[in-house]
Amino acid sequence: MKARVVVTLKSGILDPQGKAIEGALKSLGIAGVASVRQGKVFDIEVETDDRSRAQDVLREAAEKLLANTVIENFSVEVLG
Amino acid sequence: MKSAVLVFPGINRERDMARALTLVSGRAPYMVWHAETVLPPDTDLVVIPGGFSYGDYLRCGAIAARAPVMAAVRRHADAGRLVLAVCNGFQIACEAGLLPGVLMRNAALKFICKDAYLRVERSDTAFTRGYNAGQVIRVPVAHGEGNYVADAQTIARLEGDGRVVLRYVAPDGARDPAWNVNGATNAIAGILNARGNVLGMMPHPENHVEAALGSTDGRGLFAGLAGHFDGAAETAWPRPAEATVSQASRN
Repeated sequence: MKARVVVTLKSGILDPQGKAIEGALKSLGIAGVASVRQGKVFDIEVETDDRSRAQDVLREAAEKLLANTVIENFSVEVLG
Repeated sequence: MKSAVLVFPGINRERDMARALTLVSGRAPYMVWHAETVLPPDTDLVVIPGGFSYGDYLRCGAIAARAPVMAAVRRHADAGRLVLAVCNGFQIACEAGLLPGVLMRNAALKFICKDAYLRVERSDTAFTRGYNAGQVIRVPVAHGEGNYVADAQTIARLEGDGRVVLRYVAPDGARDPAWNVNGATNAIAGILNARGNVLGMMPHPENHVEAALGSTDGRGLFAGLAGHFDGAAETAWPRPAEATVSQASRN
């Protein structure tokens, strides 16, 4: 099954990369951008057809490696 | 002192570290490949050196922290034995959970490669006994992600328990945001774990152990460790505390 894990910085954690991107967007004259936070997307193929099993695998992957839960949150989405 | 330097793919400071350890302690370290599952049994000190393990993929130190050898390092630390983690090693130790917090991108977004001034906050640890408390040492930094971050409770606990042992300061020892090279919380350059047997630090003491390189301020760390284990070895070299006494002031 295809799945996606999205990792984002927790609120309150300074994101200098997001700030730099935000600055670049503003200098391009793109109006209406209030703020930018950068994150990561992992597209993962899981070797199962069981959605809840896939969720478990991805959650374990995110907790053990894909996210550093000191500073990051993650969400898991099984796309089917 | 018998030390073991870990070697991960992408690490590039392991030979500087081995040279410093050999020079100051008189014994060459074991070089231990990341795929090993045990450390040499007589290892006193594990050193996780600097570099760019796995090309800093995912997060700095994240993949190295899950290497087989790290289970052995965890057992070594759990037994109360010493671990020194420098630069990428500090990032690996944080990712492995040996130390709290995380090293984020430098506040100014740039890779920094220059000398930094560090205040040694305590001299009563195995790692800092070669210095005087309050002494300022000049040691190079070379990192893009050295900005120490942890939640407010963790920072309060580190400070309250005296576990911040190295701090970025001005050359005269004063706290000054202009000299906090990477924007680290509370200008933290090096911390101990709760038990006091794991030290993580971003600067490179191993690069300032020979006068030919412009400073021997890093030598006190290795001399202190050697003295901790061997006693006599500490007196075999001039103590850096004496060599750099002119810089030893504190506001």
